[in-house]
Amino acid sequence: MPVEATTTTTSTGIRLENVTKNYGLATPAVDDVSLSIEPGEFMTLLGPSGSGKTTTLNLIAGFETLTAGTIAFDGADVSSLPPHKRNLGMLFQNYALFPHMTVAQNVAYPLRERKVPKPEIARRVAEVLELVQLTGRDGHHPNQLSGGQQQRVALARAIVFDPKALLLDEPLGALDRNLRGTLQAEIRRIHREVGTTFVFVTHDQEEAMNLSDRIALFNNGRIEQVGTPEDLYQRPETLFAARFLGDSNVFALEQAPEGDKVRWEDNVWAAEPGTGSAGDDTALVVRPEDVRLAPDNGETPPGANAVGATVRDLEYLGSYRMAVLSLGRSGVTGKARLDASHSDLTLGQPVTAWWPVDRQRLVAI
Amino acid sequence: MTATLTAPKAAGKARKVDAVPWWLKLVTGVVALYFVLPTLFVIPMSFSRATTFQFPPKGFSLGLYENFFTNPVWLDALRNSVVVALLASLLATVIGTAAALGLHNLQGRLARFARTMLMISIVTPAIVIAVAVYISFLQWRLVGTLAGYVLAHAAIGVPFVLVAVTSALGGFDPKLLRASASLGAPPVRTFLRVTMPLISRGIVTGAVFAFVTSFDEVVIALFLRSPALQTLPVQMYNSVTVEIDPTIAASSSVVVTAVTTACLILQFVGSRRKSR
Repeated sequence: MPVEATTTTTSTGIRLENVTKNYGLATPAVDDVSLSIEPGEFMTLLGPSGSGKTTTLNLIAGFETLTAGTIAFDGADVSSLPPHKRNLGMLFQNYALFPHMTVAQNVAYPLRERKVPKPEIARRVAEVLELVQLTGRDGHHPNQLSGGQQQRVALARAIVFDPKALLLDEPLGALDRNLRGTLQAEIRRIHREVGTTFVFVTHDQEEAMNLSDRIALFNNGRIEQVGTPEDLYQRPETLFAARFLGDSNVFALEQAPEGDKVRWEDNVWAAEPGTGSAGDDTALVVRPEDVRLAPDNGETPPGANAVGATVRDLEYLGSYRMAVLSLGRSGVTGKARLDASHSDLTLGQPVTAWWPVDRQRLVAI
Repeated sequence: MTATLTAPKAAGKARKVDAVPWWLKLVTGVVALYFVLPTLFVIPMSFSRATTFQFPPKGFSLGLYENFFTNPVWLDALRNSVVVALLASLLATVIGTAAALGLHNLQGRLARFARTMLMISIVTPAIVIAVAVYISFLQWRLVGTLAGYVLAHAAIGVPFVLVAVTSALGGFDPKLLRASASLGAPPVRTFLRVTMPLISRGIVTGAVFAFVTSFDEVVIALFLRSPALQTLPVQMYNSVTVEIDPTIAASSSVVVTAVTTACLILQFVGSRRKSR
């Protein structure tokens, strides 16, 4: 792939400080959010619907006005700048292409607004259409293109004017699963080639993990945790984070950890200090892939924590199987990912579930 | 007038329904005839040689047309009507479009109230509006002035534009406004390059209806007329009640033909756009 002339050499950092948006309801839509997005970074705002991630993106874009706080691009406060002066590209879930214009006219739109000379417009439109692999579609109208192609046109239109950053508002939400995968790869490639700061909003944790340099996890208008996909998956800080990204076995502790011991029901488990929260409302979480099953009352290796369990169900998921467990006396639902050696499990069978101490996390509830 | 307004509906029905039962064709035929019948009498009468109203017409002559297009009273009235209708429909289109855009995304009680107020002239009896307009325009010295006609006719044209543009906005994706803003276009440029082209059919439809409404309005015009300034419908009314002048047959035919042509062109342009 040839390197494009549209590539920006300078990219922009975005800084949100104590950003709040209140629509006059009991709880603000965005509640005192501070976030620093590095130049050239692929930052994903992840969260369930209503968590404030889209509102935050709209605040960055300038479509919504701040109730409190500031937003700065490269240190310059843009809080009161209208959207058309912020110089940001934006992708929408429903593409938002202008239906009365051809592909070329759509892509030329931001350049014409910037009074770029005609020959240069033609050159840059051709270049960016090559970048998104839509050469030869210049004269088509949006309704003659498939959903995936339309989103590529929208992508071309959003990056052709070298925006300070590209904001992506669930751009793959309207596409089917296969196409989503293709376009994810496309977006990653274009992020690499163009080097612009990307701010991506999604509720799909797989998409977030797959694409992002860092993820800001939103819940109830606040950021629960910011970090690399690995940080969030391996070292969740809150129960919400542990549950939103992947499955977790959750043991809600009734007492705060005492030194290097935690209690759950009548089990006393080792817990190394510094492996997460140590407050009053704490839960111990373990990923299903870290849980091993041993015969009931069987031997567990040293340095493992164990709990009695019953096999309640076995799920076949193609590349692996998942055992659904009832854990402990209270029968809390848990999961363990099985490898081939556990093909002899039967429903209702009592087992011992164990995991290495260093694979567990203590998180705030 | 009425016949031309219902024509698009009938055409739309015929296109959508596959097999039309015979009784429906019959009902449609009767209703269509009911609307068109007056025209079927007036147009032949306009070619009559008689100097009074007669049907069936006696002989063939273009005399009434000659009188219509050479008599300064009729010509002035025609010109006044065209000027008033053009200005009134222009004003109504600007106000109606702006109102439709402004009210489009509002749902509150105030927005509903504003919409009702803008629509109220459609359900108010013409004579009530005419008297109210006459009394206030007397004080403001607008009776018998071009501005008076234009303001009054624009007010009754606004609802047509509001309805037409509102329905055009129904298929308009508001995300396009955000997309345009994000691409660097200020609101006015966004309106000119994105919104207006996409709702142009609604705007044009509303403008034509506003024009026709003004062109054919007689009650308010009767109150506002002055010897120096009166519109074609008022002159037609005079010609029948005062002069018994059969030229009205020619003028009616001219008006019907002009308005029908305007509506047909509108429909033709509309259907061509749709098929693209």
